[in-house]
Amino acid sequence: MVNTYSKVGEMTTSDGVPLKVSLQRSQRKLKLWAFLLVAPLLLFITVSFIIPVVNMTLRGVENPQVHTIMPNVTEALQAWEGKELPDESVYEALVKDLTLGRKNKNIGKVASRLNYERSGMRRVITGSARKASKLKEGPYKEQMIKINKAWGDVAVWSLIKRESMPFTSSYLVAAVDYKFNDKGEMVAKAENKQIYKSLFWRTLVMSFTITVLCILLAYPIAYLLATLPLAKSNLLMILVLLPFWTSLLVRTTTWIVLLQTEGVLNDVLVWMNIIDNDGRLQMIFNKTGTIIAMTHILLPFMVLPLYSVMKTIPPSYMRAALSLGANPVTSFVRVYIPMTVTGIGAGSLLVFILSIGYYITPALVGGQSGLLISNMIAYHMQNSLNWGLAGALGFILLVIVLVFYALFNKVVGIDKMKMG
Amino acid sequence: MAIPIYAGKLERTWYYSYRIICALIFLFLIGPILIIVPLSFNVQPYFTFTPEMLSFDPDGYSLRWYEEFFASEEWMRSIKNSFFVAIASTILATSLGTLAALGLSRPEMPYRTLIMSILISPMIVPLIISAAGMFFFYSSVNLAGTFLGLILAHTALGIPFVVITVTATLSSFDHSLTRAAAGLGANSRVVFFKVMLPLVTPGVISGALFAFITSFDEVVVAIFVAGVEERTIPLQMWGGIREQISPTILAVATILVAISILLLTVLELIRRRSERQRGLAPA
Repeated sequence: MVNTYSKVGEMTTSDGVPLKVSLQRSQRKLKLWAFLLVAPLLLFITVSFIIPVVNMTLRGVENPQVHTIMPNVTEALQAWEGKELPDESVYEALVKDLTLGRKNKNIGKVASRLNYERSGMRRVITGSARKASKLKEGPYKEQMIKINKAWGDVAVWSLIKRESMPFTSSYLVAAVDYKFNDKGEMVAKAENKQIYKSLFWRTLVMSFTITVLCILLAYPIAYLLATLPLAKSNLLMILVLLPFWTSLLVRTTTWIVLLQTEGVLNDVLVWMNIIDNDGRLQMIFNKTGTIIAMTHILLPFMVLPLYSVMKTIPPSYMRAALSLGANPVTSFVRVYIPMTVTGIGAGSLLVFILSIGYYITPALVGGQSGLLISNMIAYHMQNSLNWGLAGALGFILLVIVLVFYALFNKVVGIDKMKMG
Repeated sequence: MAIPIYAGKLERTWYYSYRIICALIFLFLIGPILIIVPLSFNVQPYFTFTPEMLSFDPDGYSLRWYEEFFASEEWMRSIKNSFFVAIASTILATSLGTLAALGLSRPEMPYRTLIMSILISPMIVPLIISAAGMFFFYSSVNLAGTFLGLILAHTALGIPFVVITVTATLSSFDHSLTRAAAGLGANSRVVFFKVMLPLVTPGVISGALFAFITSFDEVVVAIFVAGVEERTIPLQMWGGIREQISPTILAVATILVAISILLLTVLELIRRRSERQRGLAPA
């Protein structure tokens, strides 16, 4: 529209304003209106969701404890080069900070923080704080080393100096099973302490397995739904939509009921003499249970996009292939499947993104071997209270999810997604 | 796709085995949900069919788990909480979301893609991260462990569904209808209320239903943000399943299945009505 007007640029409105200016003005007004409609929601989501999520992942690099609770030590250590033990001024600062921290009852935070990096530090800090507050006068260096010989260890001081920075990479490093050694170099953790890398790997492998299973199960029924007459397919569609609308916890519960050793499926197998009563199968509270339950829960997310793509494929294409001499298998593989690739892509990405961040189902039916990375984040949030590590793990998980989401956006576009 | 009469033996075998495969997959989808319904009437505290149940002996069935559910103060409070939180957050999410969708579907909207991805993000970010983030946020503003906090948290989770469904409805909206109405002499208010709104309402309602079920079914954020007083049904179930799973859970599950059937029916009726209105329904 803009173009047609600008060609006759001389035109003016009745009150003498050039039409172009008047149009621009009204366009700007419309733009403002549109933005005003979106603004309240945008503000709400940004404040109550985006910023909190960013904050949560930032905890993975924030390092406020030593920095804020031991300000004197932090400052005194600035000039220290880390070759030999620091001089008296640092020890004086240490006594000052420990005494103050004990009085303010926040020295425990420093103790926990340092303990993540070097086990035993909790005792060193709390014990020394108790004794340091009783010290009358300097010089403090010898007295502190007598209180705890850790204070005569250069490695302890390097650790404190490293953790006195306001930001740290140590959580992120820990989240991929590395740690800093005494010299501050990054080294792999001992074999038996490596848990996160294998957990991320397991999460990816299980999500992939679930996605593949979903494709295999969804393809036949989506094809059936797309090719049946509408009245019949609408009826069958209910069988897909009902699970979709049923509570997640209900669906998880029902798998516990079905699969547990005293459950329905084992009873049926015993009754049919496929297994004997002592050989009941352990199908739940392990990896198998998680995969079965999650495949069931996520299957509708695969069926629906596949169905909507298949619905648009005219049946005449297959007939044409057949009449041109292709056998049914060839025509299906060479003609039909390529046309559904976008549907497979959309469904797979959706299922993969959802399963990679799953928490509830693995927590309830996963036992030990079926836990995913989300469960570890929850553990650090609620039990170990190591929020920094939770933040770092969350950050890595979020990055993985966002990469796949960007892919999803490329393949389908979020605004084209249909539901129900 | 009925089987043609000229089909050979091989095709017939394939046709029937394909149907059987599909039936099995449908059974996998729906079977587990239906199986808990009879089990919730079990007189024994077992999670499997007793011999009495299999022989359809009335003594094998009872309503005791339902009685237990309705007699339990905790469950009754949680069901009240669930409805309260879900309805409140649905109203908030629907009104804010519809408003935003109206803005987003205007052709003049600047930065549409960016804003859309921000509004959709609660659906994309893994729930455990959202829950942890919201926990810190609502604690810092002293709203953790309050109804308001839980409602606002659920509102954020429900918004993407409202925005997606309503923008989808608006994008398929035929703008010549409003022009036609205006051309026939209706002023802009009449056009909005008499022409546009009736056609957009189904999208708004289905968005609202999605927001409702999102909140009604949500547990991860509730674990972090809700206190004891605000326990919802899913939260109560979560605790029940983790500690000692009692058959009362099956009774609750059956009730929840009934609720989802109800919601599904409403949604289906709306869909048909709107197809008729737009003249899309098959003859």
